[in-house]
Amino acid sequence: MAKAIREAYGEALVKYGRGNPDVVVLDADVSGSTRSALFQAACPERFFNVGVAEANMAAMGAGFASVGKIPFINTFAAFIVTLGLLPARIFGSYSNLNVKFMGAYGGLSDAYDGPSHHSIEDVAIMRALPNFRVYTASDATLTDWLVRHAIESKGPMYVRLSRDVFPSVYGPGTVFEDGKGKVLREGKDAAIVACGVMVGLALDAAKELAAEGIEAAVIDMFTIKPLDAELLLEFARSAGAIVTAEEHSVIGGLGGAVAEALVAEQACVPVGFVGLADCHTECGSYAELLKKYQLDAPAIAAKVRETVAKKRSAL
Amino acid sequence: MGLTAERKAYLEKLCQKFRRDVVDTLYGIQTGHPGGSLSVCEILTALYFEKARVDSADPQKPDRDRVVLCKGHAAPMLYRVLAERGFFPVEEMKTLRRLNTRLQGHPSAEHTPGVDLSTGPLGAGLSAALGMALGLRLSKTGARVYAILGDGDVNEGMVWEACMSAVKFKADNLVAIYDWNKVQLDGRSADIMPQGDVPAKFKAFGWRCLSCDGHDIEALCEAIDKANDPDGRPVVILADTVKGKGVSFMEGQNAWHGKAIDEASYKRAAAELEGD
Repeated sequence: MAKAIREAYGEALVKYGRGNPDVVVLDADVSGSTRSALFQAACPERFFNVGVAEANMAAMGAGFASVGKIPFINTFAAFIVTLGLLPARIFGSYSNLNVKFMGAYGGLSDAYDGPSHHSIEDVAIMRALPNFRVYTASDATLTDWLVRHAIESKGPMYVRLSRDVFPSVYGPGTVFEDGKGKVLREGKDAAIVACGVMVGLALDAAKELAAEGIEAAVIDMFTIKPLDAELLLEFARSAGAIVTAEEHSVIGGLGGAVAEALVAEQACVPVGFVGLADCHTECGSYAELLKKYQLDAPAIAAKVRETVAKKRSAL
Repeated sequence: MGLTAERKAYLEKLCQKFRRDVVDTLYGIQTGHPGGSLSVCEILTALYFEKARVDSADPQKPDRDRVVLCKGHAAPMLYRVLAERGFFPVEEMKTLRRLNTRLQGHPSAEHTPGVDLSTGPLGAGLSAALGMALGLRLSKTGARVYAILGDGDVNEGMVWEACMSAVKFKADNLVAIYDWNKVQLDGRSADIMPQGDVPAKFKAFGWRCLSCDGHDIEALCEAIDKANDPDGRPVVILADTVKGKGVSFMEGQNAWHGKAIDEASYKRAAAELEGD
């Protein structure tokens, strides 16, 4: 069984933060959920639980950054990008302070708590902030790298994490690079550009499609900003059809970023968007929710078929 | 520790000059906030000329004290004081709010030497100052952080979240100075959002609470000295001030919060600020 993203996150905080005196960790009374509590146990003097005061936490984090610390600011994604947005904007974005906004329980992963706790617009919000870089964890190995990267690479970042277990897509020791998407499967008929939990599901969809004779490439675009436009254009040219897949609204997230990049280069190939159709969700099990809101392998496969058909009818 | 009579007279004269220059600058550019700038004059002067350990030759010195102007709209006075302190040429004041300036409409740490934190949106400054104080304590620098609050600023809930947190984390290297002029943009604070018993509120949160006349430079310096004798608690200095201080027709008037200064008003103000 693969490791839950939040476990991988908490363990990585300890692994990379314990020996680095500049790393400080803040949480807003959800450290047991985010797993930042693992860091508290290892380095109590560098852990700050501010209670349920997310805006204050985010601004305090900025203060730490302004005196040379590397603050990991933790709470649920739905709250860090809303209550934490003003500090993110004035201190992280405008002042370019070295703040790390860590969005726990991304997407619908806090399934049973319902739409008040689901984050379906976090990437759109944070992507719009100048200077912020935006990443999505797609498995435990990548999560580990993202924590290390956040410590090593200066500047404001938003990282979307998850409560849940995602299928493992990377072997241990995989090398990642900022701004470079990962090609997980080659394919000449279409390219699925996915992030987060949708990466593993896209690989399942690609297998299903291969059985029908449709060869779909799968790219993990975990680095949503900076986006790997070069890789995207390469696949737009070679495959001629793109499908984005994200556990997020179809407005403003990965799909929006991909569409912007393609249009900017006049790479006008058919593009299909898998994501939440500008709607709110409801409570239920995570698996049921992903199915109901068409964030699963069959939905990705269907969108690929539709997009490939558009490409063929245009020829 | 007290000011000599000579030093006190010198600082008072500086304040008079700062007021006159800020009114000149704001008249010249026909934009900016006179009321809050005139109110905070002695507080900034006491900090930058007496109490805050900063070095204009090394503005980024890691163990320097930090000053956070939470009420960022009073930037013109902050800039005038920083210029006098040698962080940039005084002549640069005339570029305030102009395209390509280093002196943005609200303080920007990215643009302006000597500015420790960008501010503008109210409410977030004290929380950030607290983070600075805790970070500096972790680094064992002994540096202190001064956060200057305003009436509108303390309407924001985040200020009170920071108050709770500062006590929990025993941030006794954090000094909040409340430029308490009792007027905000739309009117008297008592009408816009009554503050109730302000000292009692800070005390109830667990802060050490000091008070002084915020236009008496000697009283301010004494209060800051007291605040810098740490006892495990954060400290607030309630500095009793007058919005628009020094220009009779601006004093206590919310209309002068952010109004461009017309010619007739400028002449009157200049005449009032002329002599000593």
